[in-house]
Amino acid sequence: MTAAELYEKLRPIQEAKGFYFNRDLEGMTLPLLESLLINKNRYGYMVCPCRLASGDREKDQDIICPCAYRDPDVAEYGSCYCGLYVSQAWNEGKIPRVVVPERRPPEKMFF
Amino acid sequence: MSDKPVKLYALSTCIHCRHTKDFLNECGVAYDCVDVDTLQGEERQAMIEEVKRFNPNCTFPTILIGDKVIVGFRKDEIQEALNQ
Repeated sequence: MTAAELYEKLRPIQEAKGFYFNRDLEGMTLPLLESLLINKNRYGYMVCPCRLASGDREKDQDIICPCAYRDPDVAEYGSCYCGLYVSQAWNEGKIPRVVVPERRPPEKMFF
Repeated sequence: MSDKPVKLYALSTCIHCRHTKDFLNECGVAYDCVDVDTLQGEERQAMIEEVKRFNPNCTFPTILIGDKVIVGFRKDEIQEALNQ
């Protein structure tokens, strides 16, 4: 699967839930989707490209995309930690764009 | 431009890390970079311990500019640290 194919596959499913792909396709979304495919190949599951995976699916469960922290991040900042999923308002530039802090508790990081 | 040593701890798949690399390249800064996710075994564990010394949460990118530690792609902070 290519990043573009993954984009087309996920977009309707996620948009129906109110989560939008970052509209910066070339700078953000497609490279991130490519990285998800790299991680799927590397670990067997699409773990967040911006987090260091342990390689153990159970331990990484909360950071498999869309991660457990996406919903609260998008609700609070308009964007998830890695910037793949955003709100419509964020995409339209109606809310300030900030560096989203890591919400994952350190004790969940197994390394 | 600063002659302080610049070290970047990154993930090969992370877009913020990639943007940090691009920004440092645009600034014409020489830097030492390690993609921690591409390491394995003892080498990886040793590097994780090294990152934790500067950023206990071990998130990426972690950037060292001289003795300043910047976590995340914060362009302004990177620029300021380089200019100091």
